[in-house]
Amino acid sequence: MPIETHPVDVLVVGAGGAGLRAAIEAQAAGAKVGLVCKSLLGKAHTVMAEGGVAAAMGHVDPLDKWQTHFRDTMVGGKLLNNPRMAQLHAQEAPDRVRELELWGAVFDRTQDGRILQRPFGGHSHPRLAHVGDRTGLEMIRTLQDRAVSSGIDVFMECTITKVITGANGVAGAFGYWRTTGAPVLFPAKAVVLATGGIGKAYTVTSNSWEYSGDGHALAYDAGAELIDMEFVQFHPTGMVWPPGVKGLLVTEAVRGEGGILRNKDGERFMWKYLPEERRNEYAATDEEAKRWVEAASKGQTSDARRPPELSTRDNVSRAIYTEVKEGRGTPHGGVFLDISYLPADHVRRKLPSMYDQFKELADVDITKGPMEVGPTTHYVMGGIRVDAETGESTVSGLFAAGECAGGMHGANRLGGNSLSDLLVFGARTGAGAAAHAKGRRDQPYVDPVQVSTSERELAAPLERGAGEDPYALQRELQEMMGRLVGIFRVDGDLQEAIGEIAKLRARLPNLAVRGGRVYNPGWNLVFELRNLLIVSEAITRSALQRTESRGAHSRLDFPETDQAGWGDRNGVVRRRADGSMEVATTELPAMSDELRALLGGAH
Amino acid sequence: MTEAHIAHLKVFRGEPGGATRYDEFDVPVEEGMVILDALHWIQGNAAPDLAVRWNCKAAKCGSCSGEVNGKPRLMCKTRISDLDLDEPITVEPMRSFPLVRDLVSDVSWNYEVNKSIQAFTPPAGLPQEEWRWQQQDIERVQEYRKCIECFLCQDVCHVLRNHETEKPFMGPRFLVRTAGLEMHPIDEGDRRGYLKDTGNIGYCNITKCCTEVCPEHIKITDNAIIPLKERVADEFYDPIQWAWRKLRGKPAAGAAGTPLPMLQGGSASDAPAAAKGDKPTSEG
Repeated sequence: MPIETHPVDVLVVGAGGAGLRAAIEAQAAGAKVGLVCKSLLGKAHTVMAEGGVAAAMGHVDPLDKWQTHFRDTMVGGKLLNNPRMAQLHAQEAPDRVRELELWGAVFDRTQDGRILQRPFGGHSHPRLAHVGDRTGLEMIRTLQDRAVSSGIDVFMECTITKVITGANGVAGAFGYWRTTGAPVLFPAKAVVLATGGIGKAYTVTSNSWEYSGDGHALAYDAGAELIDMEFVQFHPTGMVWPPGVKGLLVTEAVRGEGGILRNKDGERFMWKYLPEERRNEYAATDEEAKRWVEAASKGQTSDARRPPELSTRDNVSRAIYTEVKEGRGTPHGGVFLDISYLPADHVRRKLPSMYDQFKELADVDITKGPMEVGPTTHYVMGGIRVDAETGESTVSGLFAAGECAGGMHGANRLGGNSLSDLLVFGARTGAGAAAHAKGRRDQPYVDPVQVSTSERELAAPLERGAGEDPYALQRELQEMMGRLVGIFRVDGDLQEAIGEIAKLRARLPNLAVRGGRVYNPGWNLVFELRNLLIVSEAITRSALQRTESRGAHSRLDFPETDQAGWGDRNGVVRRRADGSMEVATTELPAMSDELRALLGGAH
Repeated sequence: MTEAHIAHLKVFRGEPGGATRYDEFDVPVEEGMVILDALHWIQGNAAPDLAVRWNCKAAKCGSCSGEVNGKPRLMCKTRISDLDLDEPITVEPMRSFPLVRDLVSDVSWNYEVNKSIQAFTPPAGLPQEEWRWQQQDIERVQEYRKCIECFLCQDVCHVLRNHETEKPFMGPRFLVRTAGLEMHPIDEGDRRGYLKDTGNIGYCNITKCCTEVCPEHIKITDNAIIPLKERVADEFYDPIQWAWRKLRGKPAAGAAGTPLPMLQGGSASDAPAAAKGDKPTSEG
């Protein structure tokens, strides 16, 4: 029986913010666009983003300029970012945010009626445009409505398992409908991967089931390079109780609004963990921090410096981990985060979904008492290596944007920079893919051998009869990654993890599932596991290679940042012809003198 | 483990056209557990092919809608400790929509309705640099925009659930979306004709069931539907407006456009005898 086939110019895989923004741009450039997503439209992980979108609009503090945003991003990324990406991001984010307003988004307002901006960790000025603490919902709904009214074809609840390539690069993609299990083929002149992150490689994560590293793995299989895979962001504040919601995100906006971190002895421990070289950017006393909060809650600035809780995420995560490890944690293994000293109605207005989340899921009223929080796997800085201008990967016609692309955030991402990243590079990548499709004279040749192999792989777990349960394999992988490749890493653990991953991979061909093809979650998980094993190996091998500590990557056996040895290079992962994984390094892209000057003493 | 720490779940299983049934599972209860946790336990330990749609598990995405003991609920937000564990807990898909399999229903009709709504229409002559709105002027619109599209309001709406109307009805979710556009401080679109003749707003007889099930606590009936009904009534049923239009030969505002598809039969008709005819009860 012939496979259901939908030829397009540009196929976008993933309908979170990056995928939607890419699809809108490609369609506007005249390309015929197909947009594929694993879930229903509007449910992608962008919807979970809470705190805001970073853009130097200068509405609250007119001193904020793209140059400062660039510097903050590079400093936060420990100077490992692709400087051109960080520049484009800082320059273009304000226009991309204003464009959302043009498409119907309704952001919170300043007193003079413009888009309000809030402070966030690592940002020198109040910079995050937001809607309470549901900014991601506002963004995805705005982009979804724009995409739908532009007439883009959306293929919901559809999983891509293979990017098909030929002599001229990308030729399309193969996948299946989750609702029926039937295969589907998308011949395409360009493919944009916008599949998000990899959080499901870990047990404790803020990510949903969708975050299985699909784009990373599809690109790797197609021959593209991944970079910076050792850098996984552990967000400092996830819920730690009850067990069913362990890992669920507690927005950084709680700290942006003045939330204080304390250990079980009531000590405000972040004072101890501020890096010496940045200590002068933070308040010196509780009193100064309090003055800063009072000004911030009125949408004003003051001469007070920001509270120590607004240090970068990598630093706050390590601090919390250390407090708990040294016996100063709360009964459920976290620390306290307290915003209840501010007026209750202010807290409910600025953090409505946090208020509901704790009230409904943990029986905690955050206006009356502290939350319990601990680190949770949140975001991968590493991803598909792309060209800064167009988002094209190292494979012709294969593009990537958003979390699954690498380079923009270096060794650590600042809060709020992911939403701006997906807008800026979503748009650039959509334009890049449309231009590529337009410039291609040949019709994509879809290799029937790759298609029939993909079909066989799809059917195999259903036909195997007896075998291993995919859920059990996933639990083992997640537990192992959390234990051996977590916040603090060491040579022996990483070596052990590489061995464990090889053993788990050897069990993949034995996975068997019962039931049929119609909406069968056990069967769907098989293909996600394959991807998770690829990204887990990439993370582990890259972490083993980088013998220093920098940003989100902390080595117990190499606790110092080694600027001379590692400051000028990114880790690179690619697939060898024999299918094994090669890890190497590549020199950091060159930085113009103009940009270097902006970094001042930081470089 | 004592009896008190076990939840007995009766889970709807099956596909359209085939025999459907309720499978029973005994699930060990952990502190703070929600229905979705129990379903994940079942997938991981007893029935790996149990179909459940979910994403964020934090009541932010609106994917895991279903009916728990006959009540439309987000399964990630339904605490097991709030239910009577002496009785079996019945878990079913949203019944107003066609069945895909087990707890998953086909909600694609909603996406078709959404396409028919005129998008945000800002004034052509007002440069964006001059857009200025006060926070209090947008709080109502922000309330509508809190909607997470769980479609529980569509599921509970008796107009949609009974499948008995002659013409299609857009349902509360899309009245909320339309209200968000109509009441945007600078939107210039006019959707009144569409509301009356395409969305058939007249079918809503304001029983407020939708408001009661909304997990985002949007006052759907009072704050969205009734103001829209008033706008439609002012335009079409006000005798002065009517006479004025006749006099000037102007058509009524907000052209209707092509008709919406009808929502096809829900899975209530596939239900085994035990659950058939159950009316959903919303929570007061």
